[in-house]
Amino acid sequence: MNGLLILIPAALLLGLGGLVAFFWTLRAGQYDDPDGAAMRILIDDDELPKS
Amino acid sequence: MSLAAASDTMDEHAGDVVAETRFAVPDMHCAGCIAKIERLLPGQPGISGARVNFSSRTVVVNHDAALAEPDLIRAFDTIGFAAQALHSTAAGQRNQSLAPLIRALAVAAFASMNVMLLTISVWSGADGSSRHLFHWISAAIAIPCVAYAGRPFFASALKAVRAGTTNMDVPISIGVLMATAMSIYETIVDGEHVWFDGALTLLAFLLAGRVLDEMMRGRAASGAEALVRRTATGAMRLAADGTSQWVAADDLAVGDELMVAAGERLAADGVIAKGGSRFDLSLLTGESAPVTLGEGDRAAAGTLNLDAPVTLRVTAVGEARAIAEIARLMESASQTRSRYVRLADRLSRLYAPVVHTLAGLSFAGWMIAGAGWHQSILVAIAVLIITCPCALGLAVPVAQVVVSGTMMGKGLLVKDGSALERLAQADTLLLDKTGTLTLGRPVAVGVEAIPVDRRPIALALATASRHPLAIALRQALDVPSVAPAPLDTPLDKLAETPGEGVSAQHAGRQVAMRRPRPAELARDRGDDRAAVALDLGEGAPVIIRFADALRPDAGEALAQLHALGLPARIMSGDRADAVAAVADQLGIDGTGDMQPADKMAVLEGQIAAGRRPLMVGDGLNDGPALAAAHVSMAPASASDVGQQAADIVFLGDSLLGLPRAIRAARATMRVVRENLALAIIYNIFAVPLAMAGLVTPLIAAVAMSSSSLIVIGNSLRLRWAVR
Repeated sequence: MNGLLILIPAALLLGLGGLVAFFWTLRAGQYDDPDGAAMRILIDDDELPKS
Repeated sequence: MSLAAASDTMDEHAGDVVAETRFAVPDMHCAGCIAKIERLLPGQPGISGARVNFSSRTVVVNHDAALAEPDLIRAFDTIGFAAQALHSTAAGQRNQSLAPLIRALAVAAFASMNVMLLTISVWSGADGSSRHLFHWISAAIAIPCVAYAGRPFFASALKAVRAGTTNMDVPISIGVLMATAMSIYETIVDGEHVWFDGALTLLAFLLAGRVLDEMMRGRAASGAEALVRRTATGAMRLAADGTSQWVAADDLAVGDELMVAAGERLAADGVIAKGGSRFDLSLLTGESAPVTLGEGDRAAAGTLNLDAPVTLRVTAVGEARAIAEIARLMESASQTRSRYVRLADRLSRLYAPVVHTLAGLSFAGWMIAGAGWHQSILVAIAVLIITCPCALGLAVPVAQVVVSGTMMGKGLLVKDGSALERLAQADTLLLDKTGTLTLGRPVAVGVEAIPVDRRPIALALATASRHPLAIALRQALDVPSVAPAPLDTPLDKLAETPGEGVSAQHAGRQVAMRRPRPAELARDRGDDRAAVALDLGEGAPVIIRFADALRPDAGEALAQLHALGLPARIMSGDRADAVAAVADQLGIDGTGDMQPADKMAVLEGQIAAGRRPLMVGDGLNDGPALAAAHVSMAPASASDVGQQAADIVFLGDSLLGLPRAIRAARATMRVVRENLALAIIYNIFAVPLAMAGLVTPLIAAVAMSSSSLIVIGNSLRLRWAVR
């Protein structure tokens, strides 16, 4: 029973952390272009002209 | 600089202002394409930045406001992509109203999962003080979350009640609030059942439906505003002493004499007093070929002066102009359209009274049976929760979102969910000719006449010029087997004489792509199509003709549409004989010389006769017709007015998107009807159980979730329906 007193708040806090993280991703516009994000990782930045 | 620069942010420093334009680039396929566009496009003159959105296959370009759309499309062309400008301001507004719903959904989903975790422990046998503790924790999570996530429903229900009506949100709000209040009471008295999980899951499912529905909701954009914006904001007025002064369009008066430079749009209707020039009338008539007007001819506001400066005597200003008349027609036409009631809304009108009656009857029945307040209210809440329109709220939007996502991949942009409903009902097809059935741009005819070994030279010459005919010639010649021949003159030093053409040296001989001399055209005098002569170093010059060609697959697409039960008919503002030629070629009826009001009258007549016409058009002159039709489609090459007035925009040159869209819309409605049937069957089983008082929170949770999942699963089948 004592375990529950620690585990339940811990579980709720972790869940709340996930919710806050989701709000952050939403605000940062990370869902605007999901397919593009998957593609962009393949772009080879070495092709850029050296400046 | 053209005054018609494609930007809303025009001011005196037009050259410095950065404007933003969105383009659809359907043929992006890979990371390489993204990199190529984002790196090479900013290297083009006047373009400062480009950002690709791969999911929607669009590119946002930042550019000088002085750059017009055709320049930007040419820049895309230079780096090897075909782009089409998109004019939809709705995207920004949509995100604004969507974000609060997504946040509410996230909160409801978070809370329902955590509460469910605790509730399952209770169902699994936790009792005594553990159950009491779990109920209290659930209450602590649920109360603030219901208050936050329920706001969209409470606000809408409150508005409906204040107005003395009822909508779907009234029973939802009553159900959620009563379930929460009853659960708080049960928690305090340490009762056996609490409904926090039910209230939160219900909110989560309903919000999921609302989010999807919001994604599909079209923003009212009649396009009338864009139409008036296309006329000039002012003009140079000539005073009696010969001086001229810039005057805003609103301050012009009938009888004023205006100086209209080449490349300028007319700000008012008028008669040409001095000079003559060629004019682009496409804004009003949809006819793409320029028209020559001289002294005494009438010209309407919005017309573009192409060649030479002219003096115009004003005959109509402001609301009396022909273009303002079209805008008025569009306004009134889109009001008719807004009378269409979506299927989901028609159902929700039935839903609220039925649910209220059922819950009231259960309460009264149990009270009469002597069950007491507590028991009777619990049963009434169970009825409200179990009849929750989760499946009903998901049935329509899930199907529409799935199908419109798949249609987007096939180059069909659906702007409004109700467009799919209306498209599925369409039973007549009305088409514009220029730019809709035809490509609306010149296509080279008779390229085969160029000797094969000379084609590289022709291609090199065509590549050197930016004239529309040169671009058309290049597109016709640009096949993998033909590479541009090396010319003796470097490409950037080629002489291009405006109105004459390009000349260069190849292997020591003079070659040219030029305007044909009258003698060379003498053979076919009746042919008034545009022509170009090619001197290729040997033999007689080759004459290439240009015609506005039919879109590829036009015949095939019309045949498929006919098979789907949509007989076609052409309505065009073009000359009657030109329309008849195309109509004969396709084997359908056609009418020419139609004014925008005539087209609209035909559509209204058909609608009054009980038909449901699908209008396909592109020009500004089609605007009123597009707005008046039961449902409308426009190609992405259409004017911004056409694009805004249409429900669905199709990308690319092929017309096969039309039958594809109809098949997809009909498949969607089939699935929507299946979904609604599933939701009703579920209720037929669940409601009697709830009224009999047999439904516990556990049964409600399982029933609600499974009915929603079945509806979502059924809708996902539509991924394969767009062919």
